[in-house]
Amino acid sequence: MKKYWKIVWNGITPSNPILILAIGLCSVVAVTNSVQNALLMTFVFSFVLIFSEVIISLLRKIIPGDIRVPIFVVVIATFTTIATLLSRAYFNSIYEAIKLYIFLVVVNCIIIGRAEAFSYQNSIVDSIFDGIGMSIGYSWVIIAIAAVREVFGNGTIAGFRVFPASYSPALVMILPPAGFLILGVLVGWLEFTLKKRKVKK
Amino acid sequence: MSYLANLGKIFVASAFVNNIVLLQFLGLCSYIGLTDNMHASIGMGYAVTFVTVLAAAVTWIIDRWILIPFHLQPFLQIVSFILVIGSLVGLVEIYIRKMSPHLYKAMGIYLPLIATNCLILGVTFINSLQGFDFVESIVEAVGAAIGYFMAMLILAGIRERLRNSELPDFFKGKAIAYMVSGIVALAFMGFQGMIK
Repeated sequence: MKKYWKIVWNGITPSNPILILAIGLCSVVAVTNSVQNALLMTFVFSFVLIFSEVIISLLRKIIPGDIRVPIFVVVIATFTTIATLLSRAYFNSIYEAIKLYIFLVVVNCIIIGRAEAFSYQNSIVDSIFDGIGMSIGYSWVIIAIAAVREVFGNGTIAGFRVFPASYSPALVMILPPAGFLILGVLVGWLEFTLKKRKVKK
Repeated sequence: MSYLANLGKIFVASAFVNNIVLLQFLGLCSYIGLTDNMHASIGMGYAVTFVTVLAAAVTWIIDRWILIPFHLQPFLQIVSFILVIGSLVGLVEIYIRKMSPHLYKAMGIYLPLIATNCLILGVTFINSLQGFDFVESIVEAVGAAIGYFMAMLILAGIRERLRNSELPDFFKGKAIAYMVSGIVALAFMGFQGMIK
């Protein structure tokens, strides 16, 4: 059990895909202007990541080494298509807003990277836990950024009003540049706390 | 509006007004990862320009002549586009290595990275969503690639300067690169008024 917890925890902080490894950034900055967009993106991402890790780990003994990347890409593209059609059917209005970034989950470096680095070498159960850990690591970052941007830029969280209606929103927070700024602050903060902990030890 | 003016509008829109990196956030991995080094950013810029234009042409043909006539569009689009781009990049790499070793040295090592660059696939999807015709797709691709090149050069130049400036330790490297690109993006939003 401890081993599985370690795999999950690894995705949440020590090798967090966004803050530490800095891969798969396109969707992070693009969809975080509201919490609803971020939640749909989280769903699509976790769905594609966990299922493709399972399938690749199932087939890892059959896939020949030379052409493994195209095979990974086909598996990931299949699940992305499924997720795209699902979100078009059930969450249509949000889907219309972030369509492009949902398509682009297929070239998300995190998913291809995990397929190559983890599930191609490890068993199915390990891969499921790795997928869950990485999904949580990705989700908390984008939901945190989205919450900050939506509260200050619009006065709401996921559509519910937090600040009174008389609050005049800081429009720049929901415009594109603020995504970069907040991501930068978050990365700096994480580095700061990690360094402080190291000094204490 | 004449056809030519329309093409000009598409070009300006994709290079400046909706700059693909700073305002549409495609290709951010290489944008943050490679701009440590001016030389690498230039090599990547050339490679991306070349492959984006090629990919836009090929995927337009596949989209219009195969996927739409046979009603395969919503569910086979993602799979076919990514496979076509992946194999295209492989072919280009082999061809360049054979024909011009000098060029291969300049941009060859970046080609494998490109297959998973969001920018290339993003441009092809934008073309398909907007319903552009063949020439418009090419113009959109050229504009996007030039926008990418420009953003890479700007950030690489700024980061070269930042290396000698006094920053708090924990902001060095990636954190400050994000913030700087936020400010550059803010500047690029000033182009918004260029097109109605």
